[in-house]
Amino acid sequence: MSAALSVRSVSKRFGPLQALSDVTFDVRAGEMVALIGPNGAGKTTLLSIIAGVQPADAGSLSRGPAEVGWVPQQPALYTRLSVAENLGLFARLERVADPRAVVERMLDQTDLRSRAAEQVGRLSGGNRQRVNVALGLMGDPPVLALDEPSTSLDPAQRERLWLFIADLARAGRAVVFSTHNVAEAQRYAARVIVLAEGTILFDGAPSALLQAVGEREDGDLERALVRFLQERVPPAEAIAR
Amino acid sequence: MRWLLRKDLVILGRSRLLLALLVIYPVAVALLIGLALSRGPSRPRVAIVNETAPGETLQVGSERVSVGQYAQQLFSQVQPVNVPTRSQAVAKVRSGEVVAAIVIPPDIAARVSSATSQAAVEVIYNGDALEQAIVQSQINAALAQANLGFSEQIQRAAASAIALLLRGGNLGALGATGNLVGLDEIPSVLHRVIAHQPPGPDRAALERVAAFAGFAAQNLNLSKNVLATVGQPIRVHSRLLRGRRTPLNTFAVVVAVSISLMFVCVLLAAGGLALEREEHALGRLVRGLVSRETLLAEKGLLAAGCSLVLAFAMLAGVGAFVTLDWSRAGLWLLALALGALAFGALGVAIGALAREVRAASLLAFLLSLPLAFLALVPAGAVAHGLYDAISAVSFVFPFKATLQALDAAVNRASPSLGSSLAHLAGLTILFGVLARLGLRRAE
Repeated sequence: MSAALSVRSVSKRFGPLQALSDVTFDVRAGEMVALIGPNGAGKTTLLSIIAGVQPADAGSLSRGPAEVGWVPQQPALYTRLSVAENLGLFARLERVADPRAVVERMLDQTDLRSRAAEQVGRLSGGNRQRVNVALGLMGDPPVLALDEPSTSLDPAQRERLWLFIADLARAGRAVVFSTHNVAEAQRYAARVIVLAEGTILFDGAPSALLQAVGEREDGDLERALVRFLQERVPPAEAIAR
Repeated sequence: MRWLLRKDLVILGRSRLLLALLVIYPVAVALLIGLALSRGPSRPRVAIVNETAPGETLQVGSERVSVGQYAQQLFSQVQPVNVPTRSQAVAKVRSGEVVAAIVIPPDIAARVSSATSQAAVEVIYNGDALEQAIVQSQINAALAQANLGFSEQIQRAAASAIALLLRGGNLGALGATGNLVGLDEIPSVLHRVIAHQPPGPDRAALERVAAFAGFAAQNLNLSKNVLATVGQPIRVHSRLLRGRRTPLNTFAVVVAVSISLMFVCVLLAAGGLALEREEHALGRLVRGLVSRETLLAEKGLLAAGCSLVLAFAMLAGVGAFVTLDWSRAGLWLLALALGALAFGALGVAIGALAREVRAASLLAFLLSLPLAFLALVPAGAVAHGLYDAISAVSFVFPFKATLQALDAAVNRASPSLGSSLAHLAGLTILFGVLARLGLRRAE
């Protein structure tokens, strides 16, 4: 199957800090890929480059920003506008053919029709995140990039959100997301990419990461990740992090 | 840009406090300025203790000058509160019932009459440093006016006595008895007598007396003018070299409107752009939905539009109290529009640096306030080098240029409206470029 998204040799530097070094990977249509790694590994930078929020210093992407749905870590919503007004505004800014129809579709998809007229500032964190995801889906993009989408949600809200995202993947979208919750990556992602200091250290199925550190296939992925990083990253750098 | 503008107007409409402020602010400020300018300054409330005997006068030649008139002069400059004793006056100053007290001592007439010891009144006041300075200035002005009036009366009495000495006649008022010859007449009388005198020492002596009498009469006559000169040594004739004389009240209106335009525009533009970051929407917007230039233009134009309406409403409101030339309303709008655009550009430059609305608002306020103060520092109020530095700072920010443009539009003041508008256009471009550089970082 051809890649829905190809990332080739992407590098990014912030002053003296090399945030990303020669990052290359593909994501297929319908695949869910998790970016995991310690703080400062470059996960958010990589996702924001994929989403077109900031340019890469070097490298290329097979998709432009218009073809990537972007779901930032913090809900990017106007809290004084209602759910429907937020959806309508971004539908018009995305220049979709029929903004009203798209708003209706999004309200149905996110199950927020009953809250359509409510100001976003009054919604729960979970519902805000659903609107945030809906905005990422506005232009019906083939690729969805999500930066720690389940942060600040309670377990029930997280469960609902992941089922919603899994449905999107099943419908054929390529989904790439970052998370600090390694259990979520183990549960929902077909592939994990381990990033540390802007470099890909591992790219494969969660079970392969477990095997790489001698764990059983149904073992604890978080423990495996910690061991993996301890083995691959020099101790001084690990301590510094 | 249309949808972003609409979104911002909806958000503005839902911020009831901000909306109320935008409506109430120009009305309240226009009313306050209008009332302040149309009523004029109020006279200070001052306790006056007049310890002189009722009807006491001082003798100047043949004239008597009433000491009570001095008190009356003083009363006309202040809101007088008559108090019988000094201790009661001090109590009233302490309680804040009056801003100051003036004690006119009982020996004031004797001291003025003596011409050897200067008469004095006592001033008692209270309050903090600023209040003391204001009260002292007001009281000094009132006393100067009263002194001037009193000195004019004494001067008139002295001039009258001199005229009597020169003219002659019944000088009983000066303590002389009988109908005396005037100093003016003495030289001619003496010359008639000298004509009948044979040459000799008596004639020479008489000629010397006649010469002295003529000299004395001439100089005594001159002393009337000297008295008038001493009363008001220097009279001022002013001439404006450049521009048009701006009435202080309309200049005050221009200052108030410019300050309001600046605060509303800079705060709205800075806050509006910072809100995009605070709501985390900036990253979503600039990834192809809206260009950074469009976003900056939208925020700047929205702030400029709102502040323009507000400033024009203020100007129109103040126009009910102060005479303004409405035939120049088009030029007012032009000056306000260019000023608003420059402030809008400054606001988005500030907003591009800040991550949240509170920081942007604080930064905008901290920058705007000293700019207004610096632009109002007059030449000569500070050292030459410092004034040059202040002028340079004022030149690179839009407040002074807006003030000059609006002053030219409203009062026909210099520099010309055209040069101020060109200055503002340049500053709009400068701050627009700085804002664009500041917005390179989206999140």
